[in-house]
Order: sequence, then structure tokens, then C-alpha cells
Amino acid sequence: MPDRSFAPTRILIYLAVFLIAAAWLAPLVVVVLNSLRTNEEIAQGSMIGWPQHLSWSNYAAAWSGFCVAETCAGIRPYMLNSALVTIPATIFSTLLGAIAGYAVSLWRFRGDNWIYGIVTLGLFLPQQMRLLPWTIVLRDIGLINTLTGLVLIHTIQGLSFTTLFCRNYYVAIPHELIRAARIDGAGFFRIFWRIILPLSGPILIVTVIWQFTHIWNEFLYGVTFTTGQQQPVTAALIALSAAVADIPQHGVQSAAVIIAALPTLLIYLLGGKYFVRGLTAGAVK
Amino acid sequence: MAALSIRALSKRYANLEVLKDIALDIESGEFTVLVGPSGCGKSTLLNIVAGLDRPSAGTIEIGGRVVNDVAPKDRDIAMVFQSYALYPSMTVRQNITFGMECRHVPKAEQDAAVGHVAKLLQIEPLLGRKPSQLSGGQRQRVAMGRALVRNPLLFLFDEPLSNLDAKLRVEMRMEIKRLHQRIGATIVYVTHDQIEAMTMATRIAVMHQGSVQQFADPDTVYRYPANLFVARFMGSPPMNTMPARLEAENDGPVVVIGAGRPDELRLRLRGYDAAAPFVGRKVVFGIRPECIAEGSRTFSSEAPVLVEAPVELVEPTGAETMVLLRLGGEPAMARVSPDIRPAPGTSAAFALDTRRICLFDPETERLIA
Repeated sequence: MPDRSFAPTRILIYLAVFLIAAAWLAPLVVVVLNSLRTNEEIAQGSMIGWPQHLSWSNYAAAWSGFCVAETCAGIRPYMLNSALVTIPATIFSTLLGAIAGYAVSLWRFRGDNWIYGIVTLGLFLPQQMRLLPWTIVLRDIGLINTLTGLVLIHTIQGLSFTTLFCRNYYVAIPHELIRAARIDGAGFFRIFWRIILPLSGPILIVTVIWQFTHIWNEFLYGVTFTTGQQQPVTAALIALSAAVADIPQHGVQSAAVIIAALPTLLIYLLGGKYFVRGLTAGAVK
Repeated sequence: MAALSIRALSKRYANLEVLKDIALDIESGEFTVLVGPSGCGKSTLLNIVAGLDRPSAGTIEIGGRVVNDVAPKDRDIAMVFQSYALYPSMTVRQNITFGMECRHVPKAEQDAAVGHVAKLLQIEPLLGRKPSQLSGGQRQRVAMGRALVRNPLLFLFDEPLSNLDAKLRVEMRMEIKRLHQRIGATIVYVTHDQIEAMTMATRIAVMHQGSVQQFADPDTVYRYPANLFVARFMGSPPMNTMPARLEAENDGPVVVIGAGRPDELRLRLRGYDAAAPFVGRKVVFGIRPECIAEGSRTFSSEAPVLVEAPVELVEPTGAETMVLLRLGGEPAMARVSPDIRPAPGTSAAFALDTRRICLFDPETERLIA
């Protein structure tokens, strides 16, 4: 095999890849570096600079000491809020999406394609368009400014995606499995529970990762429907920048941003390989 | 008792009629094969019998009970699928007991039933494995085990052997036939393979374009195909068919192939009284390849009918030699002894078994005699 590692085109390709990656990662690098510098150090120098000595105090302050919207408990309570919204909404939307995807892909009934079409139409509606309807719904059922309200929104909004993912996965499952089970005497839910769900590992991982990152990172609903102590961390981060408007606290802000991003980062690191594998996984043999 | 009665059954999808006025009566203990080319409606018919699809019209009776509105699980049937449809996440044992689990059969009874079926099919060592750990033949066996354990009134097989390689297919074919002889079950078996139909069935229903062309025992279907479709579908290679004329001579009807040509072929027919109305008209002449053999062959005590025919192609298969020749200018396949190799481009003498000629009406394509 000829050694082509020093071919000019190769070098060009690597150079381009390196530049793109550097541009992509630059903001992250700045944030990470700033989170490790003291406020004085940033104030004396510039926003961009190497930490003179590593300081972890920003993280401690961001986590539990800093004042956000007149409460001085850091972002910890808001992280908890985000978890209380994200975890149930991820579980509910994934399970309901799996059942819906199973129903529209493996059971024929009148109007099945219409129902699937309408559910997935939700993917194409801009988020802003749904704000007003949700406001009315949440007001009428008394869930404005509650975490339960956000769980409801994310569960229902998530259904479009989870149904699409699961349906496209289940379509590859041979219909003969369902027929055999029907002759064996199993009903809709027994077939789902005993036959379909055990085959669903890859797609459930994909759906859970997708839903978790999207709901955790979601900002618009959080900032619109909750205030003060009820806000998820993404909304609270904005309140944090507002609170430090007079004296910039870039170090603490950077640390808070990194803490807020950690859960999705961890999910990706733990499940990323399944995610890629699941997206490309084909039929169940 | 009729195990299965299908009456005036039809199935329509929008404007497409996939089954037309099907009527079949299947006796208890029969091995019925539904055979036909793909798209003929045989699998749809089986699915309707199973209750997985609904007919547009007509009734289905299983064991004397109309089951049109009965759910598949309550029809007292078991089905073996082409893909085997084994539940991938369950062990072989769980696959076999799943139906009993759904019907809340006591555990001890389940174990006894699994033991019995596993012994019958010799799959005892496989009970703890998953389907992905089984070979094709083993999966096939497990799929049959799942059906057998139910001990139903009616077994439905949907092309169960078509995913197996040729050698295994022949083995499983014999095994299914042996199983039928042993347990005397009523089986409806769908296949597109006419050899499976001929070798296993006690009765064959040949289907084409949504209707049953002929429903009879294998010998009758082979010897007296009801129409040209059946004649050309059953048998490999199929029956030779060619246009001909029927003429009258002093001592009975004569079929003429290639009339007016120098190599015109005239064959005297004996015992074809039903053909009398067609004297002086066009017919379709049919003869099976094995009824054309080398000139030295005798088919019966009578002297054979010998013809001199040009040879176009020779295909030795080892067990026999297939010869493409021309009868009165029309191409025909002959099945001769393996050691006979007439040279292509020359003429050779062939013996014809004229007792087994079939004549068809060229308009209706039905068998005349």
C-alpha cells in the first residue's frame, strides 16, 4: 500500500479540519479558561487569556453561593428544577412515543397514516407559534409557573419526535411477528411489552438522549412560563447575567454555564456511541 | 367432517379483486396445498382463514363453526410463517409457551406440552437458546413446534420452506410429510413451488389470478390439468403445448401439428371420445416431456408411436437428458434416458406416449380430453 499520509491534498484536508474544529471549539475554550480565572484577573487583563493560577472558587460560588434574582443559593436549585422537568418529561415522552410509533407502524387501522402525519406535523411548527396556545392551556388548567406545567409541555411537544423515531425503527420489524403473536392470543399491550419493547433498546437510547438534551437545553418555554424559584437552569442563567450587569462576573458566569451544560455532556459521553449506532441501526433480524 | 369450508369468498382492495368466489371444502386429516405463482392470492386466502385479514364477502367455517367474526386466537388454528416469526428476545422454550402463557395454561401443563413437542421434533437441546443462535433448519423446527404445541383443529403453513437452501428444503419437506402421516393433522399449506405441492399434498388447489383453477389430488392435477394454466404451471419442465388441428379419419380422430408443412405430424387418438365436437377445429395439443422419449422406449404393451424429429439442444442433467426438439415445427421438450445424447442439428427417432396427450380448447383454454 502506498504511503499517502504526506500527500499535499491530505495536508490540506487536515488543515481545513483543524481550522473548522478550532473555530467550533473556541467559545468553549474561552468559557472553560474564564471559569478558572479570578474576577480580578479577568478585569485586569482581557476576556481571553491563560489562567495565571487555577482557581476553583468560581465553581463553588456558581453552584451554591451566588445570588440570582434576590436569592443567594447559586444555580443549584435551578439545576434541580431542570432535573425535575427533564427526567419525567423524557421518560413520559419516550414511552408514549414508543407506544404511538408501535401502533402506527405495526397495526393497521383506519386513518393510521393521517394520525401519524398530524403527530409529526408538530416537528415543523415553530416554537414561538405554540406559545400562545400553551399559555391558554396552562392558565385554564392552573399550571402556569409550575414545573408540572413544563413537564406537560415537553412531554406533548416531544411526542412528535419520539413517535417519528420509534415508528421508523418499528417499521423494519417483520409484521409476521405481530401476526404470530395475535394467533398465539396476545393483545396490543402484551405484544408491545413482551415482544416489541425487548427489541427497542437502540431506539430507546437514541430517543432518551435526544429528548434529554433538548428538554434540558430548552429555554423559551422555561423563561416564558416560569419565574423566580420555578425556573429551569437555562432561564436562570439569564437572570444571573442580569444580576451581575453592574460588575461583570465573567468567572462565575462561565462556571455556571459549564455546570449547566454538564448533564447533557455526560449523557452524550455515556450514550453517544449508542446514539450514532442507533441512528444507523436497521432492521431487527 | 369438513375441517375447513370456504364458501363464495372474495376479497377486494379498492378496485382490485384479489380473490374471486373461492369455494373449498377440506376434510379432516387432509394435507391441502394452495399453489400458484406470486400474486395469485394464495397467501391472502390463508391470512383470511387465519383471521388476520377480513374477506369482502363469503363465509369461512372451521370445524363446522362459522368464524368470520372470531378473533384469530379463538379460531383453533396454528400458523407457521415464511420468516418463522420467532420472537427474537425469547428463548425457544418461551417461544413455544408464549401462546399458552397468553391463554393462562398452568405451568406444569406448559412444561409437559413443551417436553412432548420438543421430543417429537428433536429440539430438546435447543430449548434454552435464542432464535439468533439457531440455524435455518432449527428455526423452522421451532416454528413448527410453536404450532404443534397448540394441538389445533387446523394447521396453516405460509411458504414455510422458501427461506431454506435447496438441500435442507428437501429434508424438511420429507419431515413435514412424515409429521402429517404420524399425527394426522389437517394442514393447509401455501407454496409457489409445484414440486412441494406434488410431493406433500393429498389434494392440491392450483390458484391463478385470485381464483382456484383446479382442486384435486396430485395425480389428477398432473394427468388431467383442468386448463392450460395448470398444465403449464405444474411439472418441471412444464407440459409442452402447441397449436394443432383435430381431424377425422376412418378409425377415429387425428391430431395434426403443423398442418400443411412438409414435416406435419399426425397422431391417432384412442379413447378421446370427448374430443369429438372439436373435429375439424383448432385445439391446443399438450404432451408432458416424459411422454416423449428415445425411439427404443416402450410405454406400454402396444407398439409406440415413433416420430422423426430435428434436435435443437441437448441438456444432460445426470439423471436424464432433456432434449429440445421440434414436432411439426413446434418446439417441445423431451425427457430421454441419461446416456442418450442425440447430436444437435441432426434428426433422431422419438417414441411418443399418445395415451397421455391432453387437448385444450384454444378459446376457453379448458381441458377437452
